[in-house]
Amino acid sequence: MPATAPLHLIASNAPDTAAPMVEVHGLDKRFGALHVLRSLDLRLARGRITAIVGPNGSGKTTLIKILLGLVRPDAGTVAIDDAHVTEGWQYRERIGYMPQAARYPENLTPREVFAMLKDLRGVPDAIDEELIDAFHLHSELEKPLRTLSGGNRQKVGAVIAFLFRPDLVILDEPTAGLDPVASSTLKDKIRSEQERGTTFLITSHVMSELDVLADDVAVLLDGQIRYSGPIRDLKREAGEQHLERAIAHLMTKAD
Amino acid sequence: MNAILSTTTAKIFKYELSDVLRSRWVLAYGAFFLVVTDALFRFGGGSSQVLLSLLNVVLILIPLVCTVFGTMYFYNAREFTELMLAQPVPRASLFVGLYAGMALPLAVSYGLGVALPFLWHGVGAGGVGATLALMVGIGMLLTFVFTALAYLVAVVFQDRVRGLAVAVLAWLVFAIVYDGLVLAIAHTFSAYPLEKPMLALSMFNPVDLARIVLLLQFDIAALMGYTGAVFEQFFGSGLGMALSLGALGLWLVVPLLLGRWRFAKKDF
Repeated sequence: MPATAPLHLIASNAPDTAAPMVEVHGLDKRFGALHVLRSLDLRLARGRITAIVGPNGSGKTTLIKILLGLVRPDAGTVAIDDAHVTEGWQYRERIGYMPQAARYPENLTPREVFAMLKDLRGVPDAIDEELIDAFHLHSELEKPLRTLSGGNRQKVGAVIAFLFRPDLVILDEPTAGLDPVASSTLKDKIRSEQERGTTFLITSHVMSELDVLADDVAVLLDGQIRYSGPIRDLKREAGEQHLERAIAHLMTKAD
Repeated sequence: MNAILSTTTAKIFKYELSDVLRSRWVLAYGAFFLVVTDALFRFGGGSSQVLLSLLNVVLILIPLVCTVFGTMYFYNAREFTELMLAQPVPRASLFVGLYAGMALPLAVSYGLGVALPFLWHGVGAGGVGATLALMVGIGMLLTFVFTALAYLVAVVFQDRVRGLAVAVLAWLVFAIVYDGLVLAIAHTFSAYPLEKPMLALSMFNPVDLARIVLLLQFDIAALMGYTGAVFEQFFGSGLGMALSLGALGLWLVVPLLLGRWRFAKKDF
């Protein structure tokens, strides 16, 4: 089975067929004896919401960390809007990232963290703090982060991801610690930013959520992409109504 | 490019400094030197006696505090490091900023802790000023050396318990065990000419080098330990001091560059 889907699947109803936002080719990464990513290829279309799904330990977080430059690849090329991630750091100006389990300097307050990031990027204003209102976070802004609940920390992480109006937003299990209200607030935010042309990369274990939210899906299995393309096409190929069943179908076929 | 690097470094340094100062132990560290130096004056010592008494406190305590605090702080700053790494920040700037934000406050609080009591007790006659300046300078240099070593250890070892153990072991070797080893070697091979091997050995221990520089200034060969005595005999004060200062400088630059290099390649 080929590592990537035929090109016509990716391009089927993309708003434009310009160069992809993210282009990964032949990506390889080992942690000691563990071969996490095996010659992985992936393209993320501009302006679309792509879900990365796969079993625990399939390399989703490693892939994301490589896109961010937190983990160095052993082989392969990773380009974000034609900028190679191993050759610079400026490209991160255009990425917003919400980690899986958000960890921040414990003694700082959210307001101090936001101020620090603005100062670091030299962007004192003209940024997007809409989520602070939407999450009703104002009462938490002056408390040290160590005293915040897990859900509120996740909200702080979401605010940071959108803070600088990035072109690419990477969300690693964004709704895992959020209550239903906050979770739907975040999804609304994702949709409204997509309308402004932002590209999204999302991992989640909640397939029903991705089914509604995402346009494309990339299925990661044993360190390789088993399917990449529109969710609609995957469902049609599998003859299933739901993403969860379509992916299950794909995985049993792969065995 | 260089301007971006240095302003980012300066910003990281600023955040780290405010965090280090917020936890008050750096101030406590400076206060400790202040109290000890002041007490040594009050127990009736002249300026040069006070400096001599401080010598061993400086040579043992600075490396210990810098290795332990440096390693712990680096591991504890992991959240901050990860947050910064996802931002448009070059890794080299991040490492240098983290290092300076730790080493500088330690060095300054030590320097003030020792120098202030001399100011209010009077530096005294007998040209102690130069010795005091050297003592403060060497202590600060040791601070930078051992903070660099601590950061190198913390970058290399992922596990904080193991990293801390390695750092403390390194301190134990440099500050305590090394001189004993040198003496043991000298005793075992006492039938052979050992001057040159001994000189070479002293280069491999930053604490030894600091001791040699200070004691060459004090001009008390008897207190120098084996390597120090050989040093003065061989080089005389001037050349000996230049050589050991140079070697101490290498002990700062090499671990720092190694740490920065490993940090740039590290997976988070």
